[in-house]
Amino acid sequence: MRAAVTAPAKVAAEPDRKERIRRWRKGFRRRETWAAYAFLSPWIIGFLIFMAGPMVASFVLSLTDYDALGSPNLVGWANYEQLLSDPKVAKSLANTVVYSLMVVPGTMIVALALAMVLNRVGTRSAGFFRTLFYLPEVTPKVAVGVLFLMLFNGQVGLINEFLGLFGIQGPAWSTDPDWVKPGLVLMNLWSVGGTVVLYLAALKNVPLDLYEAAELDGASPWRRFRHITLPMISGTLFFTFIVQTIAALQTFDEAYTAFYGSTASATYSSDAALFYLIYLFQQAFQFLHMGYASAMAWLLFGIIMVITLVQVKVSKRFVYYEGG
Amino acid sequence: MLKQRKGVLFWVVLIGASVLFLYPFLWVISASLKPRSQVFDNKLVPDQVRPENYVDVWQAAPVLDWFVNSVVVALAAAAAVTLVSSIVAFGFAYFRFPGRNALFGLVLGTMMLPAAVTMIPVYLIWNSVGLANTQVPLWAVNLFGSAFYIFLLRQFFLGLPRELFEAARIDGASHWTLFWRIAVPLCRPALIVSFIFELKASWSDLLKPLIYLRDPELFTLPRGLKAISDQFGQSGEQQWEVVLAGSVITTVPMIIVFFLAQRYFMQGIATQGRKG
Repeated sequence: MRAAVTAPAKVAAEPDRKERIRRWRKGFRRRETWAAYAFLSPWIIGFLIFMAGPMVASFVLSLTDYDALGSPNLVGWANYEQLLSDPKVAKSLANTVVYSLMVVPGTMIVALALAMVLNRVGTRSAGFFRTLFYLPEVTPKVAVGVLFLMLFNGQVGLINEFLGLFGIQGPAWSTDPDWVKPGLVLMNLWSVGGTVVLYLAALKNVPLDLYEAAELDGASPWRRFRHITLPMISGTLFFTFIVQTIAALQTFDEAYTAFYGSTASATYSSDAALFYLIYLFQQAFQFLHMGYASAMAWLLFGIIMVITLVQVKVSKRFVYYEGG
Repeated sequence: MLKQRKGVLFWVVLIGASVLFLYPFLWVISASLKPRSQVFDNKLVPDQVRPENYVDVWQAAPVLDWFVNSVVVALAAAAAVTLVSSIVAFGFAYFRFPGRNALFGLVLGTMMLPAAVTMIPVYLIWNSVGLANTQVPLWAVNLFGSAFYIFLLRQFFLGLPRELFEAARIDGASHWTLFWRIAVPLCRPALIVSFIFELKASWSDLLKPLIYLRDPELFTLPRGLKAISDQFGQSGEQQWEVVLAGSVITTVPMIIVFFLAQRYFMQGIATQGRKG
């Protein structure tokens, strides 16, 4: 693995800690090391200025009452205590979690179904359909939000007109608090294209002889799916599960565009589309409660960390890694 | 032997899905050409074609300014992130040095950090140097590289045969020459992937323009579309035909880029998956 420079040291069994530190320090006397750090320097500087520094600053801010105008006063944990009793934090958190619980599995199931269909058409036409499915994903989310308002309009929207063909009276998607989030989920299923492309690539990597052997043994299509396809692509499924969850918890663009333009809109006042990041943005940049918003950001960070850790733990039981 | 029968259901799903994916585009383009009273007739072919909607949106808002702003910001963001990330990625791919794995772990770790955590302090930094109401914060952070692209490009650099670099070293080439004259030309497709992905991300971004831009003539297209939607769609006379024309103007440039660079989009997604 390591190149010739360190090869002789590997012959000696397990260098002890002192030896490793000595080698580490010796490494810094080599010109190559300095050259390497020169190449890395832009990222290191950027990390310090725009990540590490702001993280510390954000935590300190979260302990103050900073409002962007006066100077900040330390208030201890008051912001965090206030978070717990702020009904809008609870509401926005609930909205975000409910939405994520719908959109993440929804996206995964629809994308997998489409990928499996594409996996059965010839390579040429698969390329064509793949392009077609991906197209909505290059549409800016702002435009998706605008589109939602029109297509999902309760009275004159295309969706309800379509449902009407089957004699179904569609709900008022954009104003009924119970239907806003399901509507947004449906709208977002339009942009599953990227996930379809990922799943298709994973499906193409499943060795065909596995299916042939299973068919010889008389396994039904469902059992082939359940015991070959699913385990073989579980790595990719798990990856998208984590990435989609993190993204869903930070939903902003389409909901903010659709519902936070005019304070007169029904959904604005019912808070049905108040996602966590929208409330955080309002607190930080509209009410200028930057200390409070910083505390909100850390709560979000904590929630994302916990959810991701749980996902990783749980996945250990379900994800199959070839040769691992 | 594994002959797959493609039943009726198969074709229904495939064609049905294709229609579902394509229809909204057709609906928007068609509706953007309709007079106000017919926008919601949901007909695919307008009874009456009214291209003046595009003139209206042009007159109602500085759309040309927004377009130019979007192009400038997206190009600057994409160029900066590609150049700098490739330099850093080469550092990780070529050299063996103490701290490499720890630092690379840190790079990957930053991908987990929600932007919300650093958003406020980063805003205060730009504000304190007097650049808050300018476009600089929308792209200048990219001058320091970005984790996802560093990861992506490092993968490609690692795929180059090491002998190539060693031969050049023996001939007396500097490290920079290895990077600029050997690694970069050989990894052009990967650089294009990175460029295109950031172009798309920057073009679509709403949050940063919302935070940083106050003056309407500084807006990018998505920020502008949000303003048009607030002003003409959600309040006032509900001039959705104007909002629709704005949506088309915001969306079409990226669709053209996508068609020109499809191959690179697909490669980029494939690499994303390998991260897992």
